[in-house]
Amino acid sequence: MLDDFLVRSALAGLGVALAAGPLGCFIVWRRMAYFGDATAHAALLGVALALVLSVSIFAGVLVVALALAFSVTGLSARGYPIDTALGVFAHGGLAVGLVVVSLLPGARVDLMGLLLGDILAVGKGDLAVIWGGAALVTGLLAWRWSALLTATLNADLAEASGIHAPRETLLLTVALAIVVAVALKVVGALLISAMLIVPAATVRPLARSPEAMAMLAASTGAVAALGGIALSYQADTPTGPTIVALATAMFAVVSVLTGRR
Amino acid sequence: MPEALSQEMTAPARAALIDAQGVSLSRDGRRVLDAVDFRVDRGEIVTVVGPNGSGKSTLMQVLIGALKPDAGQILRAPGLRLGYVPQTLHIDATMPMPVGRFLSLPRRHAAVARAAALARVGLEPEVEAQPMSALSGGQFQRVLLARALLMAPDLLVLDEATRGLDQPGTAAFYRIVEDLRRELGCGVVMVSHDLHVVMRASDRVVCLNGHVCCHGTPEIVASAPEYRALFGMGTQGTLALYRHDHDHRHDHDASCAHDIAGGGDA
Repeated sequence: MLDDFLVRSALAGLGVALAAGPLGCFIVWRRMAYFGDATAHAALLGVALALVLSVSIFAGVLVVALALAFSVTGLSARGYPIDTALGVFAHGGLAVGLVVVSLLPGARVDLMGLLLGDILAVGKGDLAVIWGGAALVTGLLAWRWSALLTATLNADLAEASGIHAPRETLLLTVALAIVVAVALKVVGALLISAMLIVPAATVRPLARSPEAMAMLAASTGAVAALGGIALSYQADTPTGPTIVALATAMFAVVSVLTGRR
Repeated sequence: MPEALSQEMTAPARAALIDAQGVSLSRDGRRVLDAVDFRVDRGEIVTVVGPNGSGKSTLMQVLIGALKPDAGQILRAPGLRLGYVPQTLHIDATMPMPVGRFLSLPRRHAAVARAAALARVGLEPEVEAQPMSALSGGQFQRVLLARALLMAPDLLVLDEATRGLDQPGTAAFYRIVEDLRRELGCGVVMVSHDLHVVMRASDRVVCLNGHVCCHGTPEIVASAPEYRALFGMGTQGTLALYRHDHDHRHDHDASCAHDIAGGGDA
């Protein structure tokens, strides 16, 4: 069954959607959308690093995503205006990554694949990494759910209940880096944050509790992934963008039907 | 982290729930708290008053363990349970949060317990299903208090918990707090700008302006020169109007009488 490339890509899309949905809710609740975007863009630098050092791309992306996340979190904790710094890191990382990749001798790197994903080329090894990362992220979120929610609501409220708010923020940061690293192959650096934000934004008007929103976001992402793969196969369109376009269409429909922006 | 700071209390004279000793804290190069001593005993209501920027909220954050002091220590009674009501709680519009779910953060509470907590603060059980964003200001603060109650607190920490409430709403809120103290026997520490109402409800008042200016019973503090220098003379008459008899032990007065240590330069 795993020998069928369509089955592999469907499973890859599902894995990313199931982890990105609930994590995306936190990104939306905490207004970290731009942060997610920056981390994803800088992933290109991670790819370049991995190719230069001949280590796995997953490891390279993970390290760079974590480094970016930590430095930005550190700066913002010191009250540094973060918008500008994020902009510099995000596009700087993307640009330097692209330059380095193009300079590598003999390395024929599929730039479109890096930017927009190459889900149809997902191999069994990729699948293992994607599902491993997705399971890890989902597990982390489930384990710390209540603490994460409390810390997201109000740091002092969390501390008074013995929850160390910065530790929960750190955990989300790590989860974000993992999702970026596993989703790169599926939707590409440009569209990773869409998989985080669009499903969560789509289901907000339908959800009446944080838990419901997380589950609905995961299912919406899953539907978009499977539907997007099917659509792109039929219409011969790039798969990553088709998945995100479908998710965005769902967002539009739900927004119109529920009368909310 | 609170665990790191708390130590076992050694032979306390009275049952201190929390005892801050010589706490100092600087932020952005400014000394917000300067050698502050502050304790709350079981069953007493202590109010912190002071002008804006006097470090009241910072002191509350130190007490709940959200901030680590640069110097000094916080002694907590072993196993102390805190119920905290923050000054403001902004819930992002993107987060759906019904009242019932909020009451169970971070730990789940049974429906019966939630309903009892809501009833205790004068809210109907039907409120549970409403989103927090649909509540009025008064309802919102009561829900925050109900959540704090569900922690079965030894110490309630209220940081300007009545901000944005009108006078009757504020008075009603503090009446609930007084009743709770009687019923639960918990200690209460609160920060407030509603000087008259708060002083009426307090056993002790601590006047803070970076350092502790003066402290003692409401009457003593209200007549202290340091307090008058900060707040003017106006409160004295009103205080007398609002004053009623407390059922607290009078050894408080005895122990506080010497406490008008002029911190000095108010």
